[in-house]
Amino acid sequence: MNPTALRFGLWLLVTPLLIAALGLGFKGLAAVDSSLFFAWGYFIEVLIAGLLQGVMYSLVALGFVLIFKASGIFNFAQGSMVLFAALTMVGFIEMGLHWTLAFVVTAAVMVLLALAIERVVLRPLVNQPHIILFMATIGIFYFLDGFGQTLWGSDVKVLDIGISKAPIIVAEGVFENGLLINSFDLVAALVGAVLVAGLAVFFQYTRVGRALRAVADDHQAALSVGIPLKTIWAIVWSVAGIVALVAGIMWGSKAGVQFSLALIALKALPVLILGGFTSIPGAIVGGLIIGAGEQLAEVFLGPIFGGAIQDWFAYMLALVFLLFRPQGLFGEKIIERI
Amino acid sequence: MKLKALGLAALGAAAMVTATAFTATAADKQFVPGLMYRSGPYAPNGIPFANGFSDYFKMRNAKGGINGVEIEYEECDTAYNNDRGVECYERLKRPGAAAITPLSTGITYALIDRATADKIPVLSMGYGRTAASDGTVFPYVFTLPATYWSGADIIVNYIAKNEGGYENLKGKKIALVYHDSAYGKEPIATLEALAEKHGFSFHPFPVAHPGLEQKATWLQIGRQVRPDWTAMWGWGVMNSPAIKEAAAVGYPMDRFIGIWWSGSEQDVTPAGAQAVGYKSLNFHGTGTEYPAIQDILTLVHDAGNGTGPREEVGTVLYNRGVMNAAVIAEAIHTAQGMHGQTPLTGEQIRDGFEALNIDEARLESMGLAGFMESIQITCADHEGTGRAFVQQWDGSNWTPVSDWVEPNRSGLLRPMIEQAAADYAAEKGITPRACN
Amino acid sequence: MLYREAGQFKTSYAADQAIFPIRQDQIAIALMAAIAVLGVPALANEYFLETIFVPFLVFAMAALGLNILTGYCGQLSLGTGGFMACGAFFSYKLATAFPELHIVIVFLLAGLGTAGVGVLFGLPSLRIKGFYLAVATLAAQFFLVWMFNKFDWWTNYSSSGVISAPPRELFPGLFITGTQAGPVTKYLFLLVFVAVLALVAKNLVRSRIGRTWMAIRDMDIAAEIIGIRPLWAKLSAFAVSSFYIGIAGALWAFVYTGSVEALAFEINRSFQVLFMIIIGGLGSILGSFLGAAFIVLLPILLNNGMLAIDPTISTALVSHIEFMIFGALIVFFLIVEPHGLARLWQIAKEKLRLWPFPY
Repeated sequence: MNPTALRFGLWLLVTPLLIAALGLGFKGLAAVDSSLFFAWGYFIEVLIAGLLQGVMYSLVALGFVLIFKASGIFNFAQGSMVLFAALTMVGFIEMGLHWTLAFVVTAAVMVLLALAIERVVLRPLVNQPHIILFMATIGIFYFLDGFGQTLWGSDVKVLDIGISKAPIIVAEGVFENGLLINSFDLVAALVGAVLVAGLAVFFQYTRVGRALRAVADDHQAALSVGIPLKTIWAIVWSVAGIVALVAGIMWGSKAGVQFSLALIALKALPVLILGGFTSIPGAIVGGLIIGAGEQLAEVFLGPIFGGAIQDWFAYMLALVFLLFRPQGLFGEKIIERI
Repeated sequence: MKLKALGLAALGAAAMVTATAFTATAADKQFVPGLMYRSGPYAPNGIPFANGFSDYFKMRNAKGGINGVEIEYEECDTAYNNDRGVECYERLKRPGAAAITPLSTGITYALIDRATADKIPVLSMGYGRTAASDGTVFPYVFTLPATYWSGADIIVNYIAKNEGGYENLKGKKIALVYHDSAYGKEPIATLEALAEKHGFSFHPFPVAHPGLEQKATWLQIGRQVRPDWTAMWGWGVMNSPAIKEAAAVGYPMDRFIGIWWSGSEQDVTPAGAQAVGYKSLNFHGTGTEYPAIQDILTLVHDAGNGTGPREEVGTVLYNRGVMNAAVIAEAIHTAQGMHGQTPLTGEQIRDGFEALNIDEARLESMGLAGFMESIQITCADHEGTGRAFVQQWDGSNWTPVSDWVEPNRSGLLRPMIEQAAADYAAEKGITPRACN
Repeated sequence: MLYREAGQFKTSYAADQAIFPIRQDQIAIALMAAIAVLGVPALANEYFLETIFVPFLVFAMAALGLNILTGYCGQLSLGTGGFMACGAFFSYKLATAFPELHIVIVFLLAGLGTAGVGVLFGLPSLRIKGFYLAVATLAAQFFLVWMFNKFDWWTNYSSSGVISAPPRELFPGLFITGTQAGPVTKYLFLLVFVAVLALVAKNLVRSRIGRTWMAIRDMDIAAEIIGIRPLWAKLSAFAVSSFYIGIAGALWAFVYTGSVEALAFEINRSFQVLFMIIIGGLGSILGSFLGAAFIVLLPILLNNGMLAIDPTISTALVSHIEFMIFGALIVFFLIVEPHGLARLWQIAKEKLRLWPFPY
């Protein structure tokens, strides 16, 4: 039995147990609610908000993972691809397209962009050291930022695809004030889950998916069995572009489509190193840990240090994990030879 | 081959350097530089301001300039970035520059020393270093019509009025959500002093730049601290997520008051219906019914010269740009009365700023009656009255919901300002000049 | 023809190991030094000095520091901004707490303090490598900037968290910080200061310690096997690198902008310096200077150039196009010459040797 299947099996076994434990804890917590130094209801509320926030980070981190897995490139431009996709989509909606149609057109634009990047930037840089490729993606980052704004302007744009943003209060009888959950975040989490499941199926069961995994394992070997590396790269960048579009829609309708959206790449980096650069489940688990960790830290530790700690706390958390697993939680083991 | 191409490119670049030699200002025009931002994270808010600023001067030029002296306006894009701001300042500074508009508290801080040394007045209108309203230590910096400390005091004053007097503030909770930078930190000292004086508890919540994410902050405010009122010092991208997250935790919008930089159309429209009821301070009118703004529409926009889209005229930040430009124009006008009706140097225009006396009659003739308050500046006091009013967003317009609120300048703020200015003077080894 | 070393014989090891062993190079360097010391102040106006030459020298210092760590020792770091902030705030505290301390000593002490911080954040490098380390250094970046922004003690309790450099003299009567300092004085001071430290760096990388760094860079396991202690080599690289970067931060705050808030050293600053060493050339002292010149000059040139060509163009468009060209040029440079400007310079010299009869 291969280790991936084993891991999935274990998760399948453990998850119901975890849920049961959580349920039990829920009952027990209510008994001690408010009697401890903080209200458990509030703690759980922050935890849930953090986990949901984490899924939003995972959406961005997924794009990084896809590209790193297939080409070993740390694609810093992922953030500006998110921005560019969101800007383009809003642009098409403003032209009068329905948002579903705009989605399709924007996806096509992202595929074109991926092809262009592969042709113009990546192909001439094959076999260069990683750091050079990394810098090239920073170059793309600047270019896309300027290009997107030249095309669509720098105004804040509203992207509304009709997801309710109203707060939901649950478990009102259990905890004082109940638990507040944002319905938008729930939808976002759902979208994230669907996207991950879709990608997992794509990688696991399709012909292209298998080719992608082969390329990820070993470029040379993949080439020698006749897998066209350039095509695969173009496909991966296209998929990453579409992931960026989904992330752009979710983030854009949450915070408005504007220049700063490109900066959320920085929030995805700790997720990425924590989960490991090469693992799709890692991006999700990493997102959940970082999201929950930073929100809890900001709410419960922030006041002690004076607040605004969540940015560095996420990185510190990732750093601590790295000290124990230098390749991230789910990354491939780094083997060094002389 | 490669090398040759690169060599040629280098030659071209060198040629460009020489070509960048400065275009000298024509001798018969008054030069006004503008440090604006139309790119970067804060561009959505910087653009309407810059458009209003430039349109006003276009309008004045269309009417024949200020007493016949035309204005030459040149803009440089700082991207709200301090070192780009310094570069822009060095690029645009020249003896005939009327006044510097840094449009960023950080850049204002960086330019105070330089501009003072170069004898060019800095007009930081409703931002910048509050201590600079002490003209004895900062002869070249003007903070009219209001500073952040006044703004903080006005907000508390407004809250007190709504609670039925200062004595009812005891035991109340007031939170501050602020941009974690020089800008956002300005009001903290004032609010702490006021908290001590009136007995309310003060809860500051910093938001890291650029402020796209405030979930944790608002969970604390909306679900744990539950303050009676919340003030906000936010700018640009930070504002609309704040309003959205506030709505997401069910915080009542009419108890949420932003400073004047957190109350424009750009801040509330992305939040949609959730923003209805949100309040902010302001110190000038909105809309297009003022004669000067009508002039901009007819003389600039109808002539096809508008800097931005026509619909933008009359929005909060556009009008603030107009007001900023109008104050500079008025300072030039006043200086012309003292030094003659020709293009003047920065030093001469500073005299105009210090003698600035915009009363109701003058506002009438400027076409801005009812648009702003009258302003009197003296050698020692570079702020003026410091008054502002509270406006509320009703879903499509900002409507005033209070009269002009007077900050407690003489009793509380002025001594604090003088103290801060004296500290600065001591650190820099400046001897305060004698006024009067 | 002109650039040919035939006929130049070395009679001592010292002469053979000189930094510029070829006479033409020595002459060229002497000429360049003369231009830098005499020509530039005489010809350049205040704008060029204040916004091009001064930041160029400050950035060159930071790039030198990062190049030691990334170019010579192979440890990718994105914490440059944070370490610059350390230098700036350490020197501010020192300068205001001990006003009688000479400003150059303040800068050096701030550099030493930053070196300590660098070692602390360098510790994870013993276990974490490559991009994982790069992202780990971001922890330093965010934490340090947050710390200087958050604790008023660093800014002497200023209400807004902005520090402004107190006026200090190099020699009695000659101010190099504060408003009295003229652009020419600032420039010459920086020039000498940076040149001396660059010489030190050049000799450092040619010495035993520099060679251990390079061994670690090329393959750390192999280096370990031949008896190089990775702990010592990596941490010394972090220390020396942070020392230079810290001084660059201090110079930024004191000599270049004169007043600074912690946000000036945010993540973009780190990227900017990383650009410099990659465009300039990893593992090259000269490359640090070339890269700094390129990255400082390029945006200003693009911006001014576009305005010079068409003064009516909107500033927004200028900024956006500047971004696009900047990004495109970086990609272009990486494709044309991934080893940076320093490598181009080397190729040029080799061609020049054969010129005008290449065959």
